[in-house]
Amino acid sequence: MWLEWTIATKFLREGRTQTALIMVGIAVGVSVIVFLSALIDGLQDNIIERTLGTQAHIKVEAPDEVNQVVPLAGGTMQLVLEDKRAQRLRSINNWQQVRDTLDALPEVTAVSPLISGPAFARRGSTLESVALMGIDEVRYQKIIPIRNDMVAGQFRVGAGDAVIGSRLAWDLGLRVGDKLRLDAGQGGDSVVNVAGIFELGVRELDSRYVYLDMKQAQSLLGLPGAATVIDVTVKDIFAADTVAQRITRLTGQKAESWMQTNGQLMNALKSQSLSTRMISLFVAVSVAFGIASVLSVSVVQRTREIGILRAMGATRAQMLRVFLLQGALFGLAGSVVGGTAGYGLVWLFNAFGPRLFQIPVSPLLLLAATILATVTGVISAAIPARRAARLDPVVAIRHV
Amino acid sequence: MSEPSQEVLRLQGLRKSYNVGMPTEVEVLHGIDLRLARNDFTALVGASGSGKSTLLNVIGLLDPPTAGELYLLGEPTRGMDDASRTALRGGAIGFVFQFHHLIQAFTALENVLMPLMAARGKPRREDIDTAQALMAEVGLDKLADRKPDQLSGGQQQRVAIARALITRPALLLADEPTGNLDSRTAADVFALFRRFNRKFGCAVLLVTHDSRLSDACDRTLTLADGLIVSDQAARQSAGS
Ligand SMILES: Nc1ncnc2c1ncn2[C@@H]1O[C@H](COP(=O)(O)OP(=O)(O)OP(=O)(O)O)[C@@H](O)[C@H]1O
Ligand SMILES: [Mg+2]
Repeated sequence: MWLEWTIATKFLREGRTQTALIMVGIAVGVSVIVFLSALIDGLQDNIIERTLGTQAHIKVEAPDEVNQVVPLAGGTMQLVLEDKRAQRLRSINNWQQVRDTLDALPEVTAVSPLISGPAFARRGSTLESVALMGIDEVRYQKIIPIRNDMVAGQFRVGAGDAVIGSRLAWDLGLRVGDKLRLDAGQGGDSVVNVAGIFELGVRELDSRYVYLDMKQAQSLLGLPGAATVIDVTVKDIFAADTVAQRITRLTGQKAESWMQTNGQLMNALKSQSLSTRMISLFVAVSVAFGIASVLSVSVVQRTREIGILRAMGATRAQMLRVFLLQGALFGLAGSVVGGTAGYGLVWLFNAFGPRLFQIPVSPLLLLAATILATVTGVISAAIPARRAARLDPVVAIRHV
Repeated sequence: MSEPSQEVLRLQGLRKSYNVGMPTEVEVLHGIDLRLARNDFTALVGASGSGKSTLLNVIGLLDPPTAGELYLLGEPTRGMDDASRTALRGGAIGFVFQFHHLIQAFTALENVLMPLMAARGKPRREDIDTAQALMAEVGLDKLADRKPDQLSGGQQQRVAIARALITRPALLLADEPTGNLDSRTAADVFALFRRFNRKFGCAVLLVTHDSRLSDACDRTLTLADGLIVSDQAARQSAGS
């Protein structure tokens, strides 16, 4: 390889202008790919982080209630006018057992059973509809670390204490230590003490959630001993789908992953990733054509020199490698320059951009870009390199 | 020094056609028989288009013959693959072309080393010494680090001769090596061939249109329309 390396680098150095121009082209392409990928990755991580900051990765609920239709004898036909059943609030059967099963799954990091149902919150003559959340405080904190989002008081439920969202507190004019009357319709009705106020930054939650002790919520909702939902978090958020399916199989309950609940979001993220990948692909393809055309021109320009080298004892394989190596060097050097430039762009974005989020740049992305560009360089060089290898030395030497 | 009668090259009924299988097929060499011995210093002359370059390229294993047999150092070369042809050519043959064909990206010394680098990679210390000695022999030791375009035509041709000799070939082929040099420079370059023929005992086959040069050779082959029509020894042996 020594000779190939020597010839390749000398050829590149001799064709300085060509080399510099194509290098700039490759560098621009690579920096666009690096910056765009980093930007989109950062953006998506940020969106997912925000979304999952306030919800469980998987929600396990009792299966939907459906009408039982008597199976028909063969050959008969039946017209059914079916009244769909209302999905009343009901407990997961044997939820303690389900909870223990989930606890034992290796992919699962936290499990939190809770009872959740609708109610009215009243203060004086003001009425607000709220969602009662009867939780096991310790377990729930592992799903949503709400303790970090308190704006007043403390996160403390049980013994008549409740924690409410900041918008609800505003709507009802409540402060820590104030009393609040909760009415769940089923005859349950009690007065709780506001122990703390949280703000998650999601309007729906801040204006509706009322956290209570599980026992108190059960009695308010008229479902003693019940849990209507089990919240679950998993290690790999993108495996939530498969884990949810597994949970359904294992427990017979309905399990919905965050990906299903946020179908819209997932779609948006997927199309975003797809378009990023398409842009990267097309940039890479045009860079590849750039390398191929520069090397093709170079083979024509150097036809006579290739002929002389062959007459001096260089083999076809050596000539092939000389040009493949030039392609690889284009890719490698271009991607090092382009990767650095892309890194610079990310840094500028983080330092002077809109500052909505930070783009992290993983060294892995740079490494991948470098390897990919080098491989692309070799592939693009394949056609010109074959042309060079196939040149007939006699014809090549006569070439002027 | 080896025995003078030792055979370097033998051609038997050698034929060469271009564009084989096409309507434009044309036979350029019509059956050449030829023997070259070590120490032979031979001129190849003939009208333009008679097939001199073609014959040289075939002998130099750059172009395979269409028929006949070519023995190089006693080895038959029919049906050799590219790699072994390249290896045999690299070891046995040195080439000098009309247009001093040096490679611009390399210095004069690196050009001289090229056949060795092609065969075995990075040159060793003693290879570089050999190349420098050859550069000194052609009178260019001071210009070893220059690029070809910083040398005159005659100087470039001397570098090409040094390059052809670096592998100590048994046969040196030269296709109009003095074709675009003035007559004084041409005489200098010719003298170099003479000197290396004596010093290294390599056979020289030299194409030229210059009758003064061909007269100074030991033997003159005349090619006409793809056949050797005369093979004459020089009037007085230049070797004595
Ligand atoms: N690649 C080719 N295809 C077809 N015909 C060719 C080819 N190369 C050479 N010829 C023909 O072969 C004949 C011999 O050519 P060659 O180059 O060997 O002549 P030459 O004796 O070296 O002439 P000159 O003194 O002008 O260099 C010519 O008629 C030429 O047209
Ligand atoms: Mg010729």
